[in-house]
Amino acid sequence: MYQRTKTCQLTKMCQRIKVYQRTKKYQRKSKFTKLGIMLGTSLLTIAATTNSYAEGYPERPIGVMVAYNPGGATDFQARIATLASAKMKDDKPISIGQPIYVTNKPGAGGRKGWNWFADKAPKDGYMMAAYNVPHFIAQSIVYDTKYNINNLEPVGNWGADPAVLIVGKDSPFNTVADLVAFAKENPGKITVSGAGKFVGHHIAHLQLAKAAGIDIKYVPGKGGVGAMKLVKGGQVKAGFNNLSDAARASEDIKILAVADLERHSFLPDVPTLKESGIDVDNSSVNFRGLMVPKGTPQDVIDYLAKSVPVMFEDSKTIGKMKQTNSPVKIMSRDEVVAMWAERQTALSALLEGLK
Amino acid sequence: MEFLNYFGNVFTVYHMSLLIGGTLAGLILGALPGLSPTMAVALMIPFTFHMEPAAGLILLGAMYTATVAGGAISAILVNVPGAPANIATALDGHKLAGQGRAAEALFYCFTSSFVGGIIGIIILIFFTPPLAKLALKFGPTELFWIAILGITIIGTIGSKSVVMGLLSGIIGIALSTIGANPMLGEDRFVYNEHLESGIHIVAALIGLFAIPQVLNLIEKSRDAKDAAIHDLGESNVLKAVLYNLTRIKALSIGSIIGVIVGVIPGAGGQIAGLVAYDQAKKLSKNPDKFGKGEPDGVIAAESANNAMVGPSLVPLLTLSIPGSPTAAVLLGGLLIHGLFPGPTLFTEHAEVTWTFINSLLVAQVFMLIIGLILSRHSGWIMKVPAHFMAATIFILAVFGTYSIQSSYSDVLIMATLGVFMYFGSKLGFSPAPVVLGIILGPIAEDNFLQGKLIGEASDGVFNYFTSGVLNITMITLVVLSIGYSAYSEAKMNKLKQKILADKERNNSNTQKDNNTQGAV
Repeated sequence: MYQRTKTCQLTKMCQRIKVYQRTKKYQRKSKFTKLGIMLGTSLLTIAATTNSYAEGYPERPIGVMVAYNPGGATDFQARIATLASAKMKDDKPISIGQPIYVTNKPGAGGRKGWNWFADKAPKDGYMMAAYNVPHFIAQSIVYDTKYNINNLEPVGNWGADPAVLIVGKDSPFNTVADLVAFAKENPGKITVSGAGKFVGHHIAHLQLAKAAGIDIKYVPGKGGVGAMKLVKGGQVKAGFNNLSDAARASEDIKILAVADLERHSFLPDVPTLKESGIDVDNSSVNFRGLMVPKGTPQDVIDYLAKSVPVMFEDSKTIGKMKQTNSPVKIMSRDEVVAMWAERQTALSALLEGLK
Repeated sequence: MEFLNYFGNVFTVYHMSLLIGGTLAGLILGALPGLSPTMAVALMIPFTFHMEPAAGLILLGAMYTATVAGGAISAILVNVPGAPANIATALDGHKLAGQGRAAEALFYCFTSSFVGGIIGIIILIFFTPPLAKLALKFGPTELFWIAILGITIIGTIGSKSVVMGLLSGIIGIALSTIGANPMLGEDRFVYNEHLESGIHIVAALIGLFAIPQVLNLIEKSRDAKDAAIHDLGESNVLKAVLYNLTRIKALSIGSIIGVIVGVIPGAGGQIAGLVAYDQAKKLSKNPDKFGKGEPDGVIAAESANNAMVGPSLVPLLTLSIPGSPTAAVLLGGLLIHGLFPGPTLFTEHAEVTWTFINSLLVAQVFMLIIGLILSRHSGWIMKVPAHFMAATIFILAVFGTYSIQSSYSDVLIMATLGVFMYFGSKLGFSPAPVVLGIILGPIAEDNFLQGKLIGEASDGVFNYFTSGVLNITMITLVVLSIGYSAYSEAKMNKLKQKILADKERNNSNTQKDNNTQGAV
């Protein structure tokens, strides 16, 4: 609402100047002053038009910032999830009604892009970003970042990729119990790889160590691919990795458990950690979705909150997600807000001693 | 011989036009600084969303091969490597161009890229299963030793003296530690928010090579009307190609090293060219000629970086582990079409997979033909007045740097490094060892940290790093490399001393004569 009144004021000022330009007083001014007044007017007009988004939003293509490299899982899933953004039916937009382009700002495990997003991204609804939970929440707790759950506004969630506990094909461990028993007898001898520090895999590792009361060593790999390589090559004894990637690699590894509340449809035979006697929640599940920075007009947020989940539900998008083995989980803005808050509490407690 | 069954699929009008288009676009994109093969393939992936899987992969494959070769064009003509893989090409290639043999250098480059590329793909077709097993054996410790091996050659690459080279290398390694460490997540040396994500290797490459070149061109344009930097030179294509094919030693050194480096996941194809160049120099009969315009230098470097392409797909297609940064991006391209690396790729999806691999073979042929034609007609680049050239390179440098990760910080870093390098080059520093340091520093560090963590959990860090056949082999290679450098350095010193001694003897003889005369 505030934006609309501001726009009105600006438009009125423009009109007043136009009236003034027709007066005799104006005609007597020098050419230089006239030029100045004209420039001022045009700037005001531009300001007036660019501020009037609330009425016609969206009137031009919308960007989505991905804080990871092109070609990575978050990147290609974001591209698939936003495929249907401009789809029309009977000349009316089904979801957002404008094309979406993806722009990558990778670096420092996502911190570079998200810092930019919270700090510098336009707050007019024309720049969204893909979020990865628990990554960005954990980072905002441990590091000095410009973002946290309070200055970002989710608009919808498209996917949830749980972490799975894996071991090499030739590993002596066949169940979580085997691994825990070995770790209890040999403290500090089990190495567990994951995609990096303070990502879902690391959270899962911390939770396992805490819940089972065992001393296991975390080895951060170079992304999920690097962590998987360490397991396949036998350099580490176990690893946490993405369920989607592990499900694909079932020829070379054994999947011991899923770090989620329920079993997953991709791996119906694999028990959850909880079933295996490790009492953990789903804090490590990697949720992916879209958000806008705080300060975006409320009606824009409302518009996106309504249209973004519809965009994710498009049948072609769902088909592509299935084809690429990407687990879909569509959630509304309200559900994501609740999920973020829940994660914030759980992760703050877990990461207490690690700051 | 299963792959032969699917050869026909490549020769449809649609696939052929994709191959030609991809190759042409790849050569041009590759020649632009900043648009490295990784970048070009990443840019292309969204376009393949709506294509048939085979068609999309053919386009990506053609881009991959062509951009690797295309980077040599700018390396030779303007001394700005299009991508890290082409650094070694610039060392002798640009010197050849300076002697008016630019066209000849370009012909060598495409011919050896072709030979290396074909060998690489053939290795991919016939030796995938055993090589995939080998690729997995390269853990953190082995990769650490490979990085150390790379560091041992820093001193001898493109510098006037070993000391200068080592100093540049250390500066590069120090620069690579800036930013958030990927293993520990901690920020280091981030005094300014622009340094948050560290120094991107391609931004450094552009800054260190392109900016000094721009400033040099401006210097030149002031003092002379000599519009052309130098002539492209007259050269017979056939003669150059045939000469190239007789340089079997350089070609095989390049191809073998390219294949090995390609298979090793994480070693980064970027160092294939440099390692091959170094070996070709060490094994050459006249190593002194390297760095002064030796065709063998170009041949070894270019055959290596293209021989790397095929093998870098071996661990990717079988184990989902990419052998090079570009192959990592290609993984995304595969997944988007529901092609999951692993055995099913060669059974369920055999048609797509083999069509893709076959198309890579055909792409080499197009790369050769289009490359040779482009080389003949790239003469106008050499005739562009220096001030236009400087402006163009500068614009491309800024544009290319920004496009790496849409980051303004990268542009600032690029410009800063460039200005430092300009003054550094006046003092005799050269950019290649600095870039090599930036590439190798993180490989050594990350793998050391990983190895240390794993070693601590098993039987000690020292044991972990020095046990196993591969580790011992790598350590031996490191020792040999250092030993050889020391030996040749000592030989040089002896030679110098001999010359000095001769001079002194002459001097003292004359003095003696004087003395005796004085006594009398």
